[in-house]
Amino acid sequence: MLHSGINVLFEGRNFARLMAGLWTSTWIAVLALIIGLAIGTIFGVLRTLKNRPVRFILRIYLEFFRIVPTVVLLYLVYYILPRSLHVNWPATWMSVLAFALWVGAEFSDIVRGAIESVPKNQRESGMALGLSRLQLFRYVLIPQAFKLELPATINLATRVIKTTSLLMIINIMEVINVGQQIIEANNQQYPTGVFWVYGFIFILYFILDYPLSAWAKRLTAKQK
Amino acid sequence: MTEEILKVEHLNKFYGNWQALHDINFSLKKGEVLTLLGPSGSGKSTLLRTLNGLEDYEDGKIYFHGKEINPSPKQWQALRQKIGMVFQSYDLFPNLTVMENILLAPVKVQKRNEDEVRKEAQKLLGQVELADYADAYPRELSGGQKQRIAIVRALAMHPEIMLFDEVTASLDPEMVRGVLEIIQRLSDNEHMTMIIVTHEMNFAAKIADEVLFLEDGKIVEDTPGKEFFAHPQTKRAQEFLDSMDF
Repeated sequence: MLHSGINVLFEGRNFARLMAGLWTSTWIAVLALIIGLAIGTIFGVLRTLKNRPVRFILRIYLEFFRIVPTVVLLYLVYYILPRSLHVNWPATWMSVLAFALWVGAEFSDIVRGAIESVPKNQRESGMALGLSRLQLFRYVLIPQAFKLELPATINLATRVIKTTSLLMIINIMEVINVGQQIIEANNQQYPTGVFWVYGFIFILYFILDYPLSAWAKRLTAKQK
Repeated sequence: MTEEILKVEHLNKFYGNWQALHDINFSLKKGEVLTLLGPSGSGKSTLLRTLNGLEDYEDGKIYFHGKEINPSPKQWQALRQKIGMVFQSYDLFPNLTVMENILLAPVKVQKRNEDEVRKEAQKLLGQVELADYADAYPRELSGGQKQRIAIVRALAMHPEIMLFDEVTASLDPEMVRGVLEIIQRLSDNEHMTMIIVTHEMNFAAKIADEVLFLEDGKIVEDTPGKEFFAHPQTKRAQEFLDSMDF
């Protein structure tokens, strides 16, 4: 019985559909990460400055995205933004927006921590050479912070990839949503389909996330 | 009369309620070597850092070429190109090679031609016997080598004054001499104007045109170098020299 169950993956266009779903998850995650890391770098740098109002606002931004569950965020961008602000983008773009803002918040804290842990002497010797504040960040602090923040950033990336599974609640055809449709459509013919489909999705996520997670672990070990 | 480059008048500095510097007054002429001596915690390094805008001060005035410095971040940033500083902990940028460390400020801050600065940097590296290390990273160098690079990095900016903050204090004894010789040559050959904080008394005795002896943030004595080491004016300075045993 089990042996035949695996065929559910190859019935009709099922395999191609699962892969297309995986692609949707991946591009949303990658795009959100690119935008989010850019936002996070800028906000993280701003949070190391002395300006109190700026720091306060960015702190609230961080706490908001850290406290509000991702599901709620997705509902917010999918149902509430279009209605109250008349932003009518496709669901995929809305989800990129929500994820990018979330990544930006999390990453800003990683960047702030990393910049603050660059030794104070580095900052002073840069200043003593006449570097402007912008140059100090660009050539001295951010490159050194980058190395410190890399493991945490990779971990954040794996979390983003995993969390794309929530996109099904706003009807995006990502891999889990596709998987569920396949299970329902083939329930009669393949009663064990649920096992195979979810098992396959498990492997897909594992293939995406495990190398990242192993990389982060290696970097962390090297820094010690 | 030789030109006065730097002048400090009635400088006071506080950390909270605690006064770190009391009514500091002195002046520095072109080509002069001023040495700051005194027990630890006497405010030597604080004074030196104040002269480069790394510490702010509550009142008093600092003049550069007769013009009062307005202690704003912008003005200090411009002045630091003319007042070079080398620190105890070298503080080379670990993410850059030796050459990149040297090129960074002249090229990015002073917008000088990169090839010309590179040539000059290579020459300076030769003078400190590190010509082969242009492409090395700081982690591959010893403390003495790092400190020599840090001096070259500051010199590449063409400063008018060099500040040395206990530059040999964290070096192995056998590395000290090489670094001190470079500073000595800088004075002998280039007539560089310098302010030096050091615990190397033999070196100070040899190089100092003028000595400021500090204690508890006050200038106890301001005496020409030779005279200070032969006959200090104050009992406190005499005790200090006796305790140093050199």
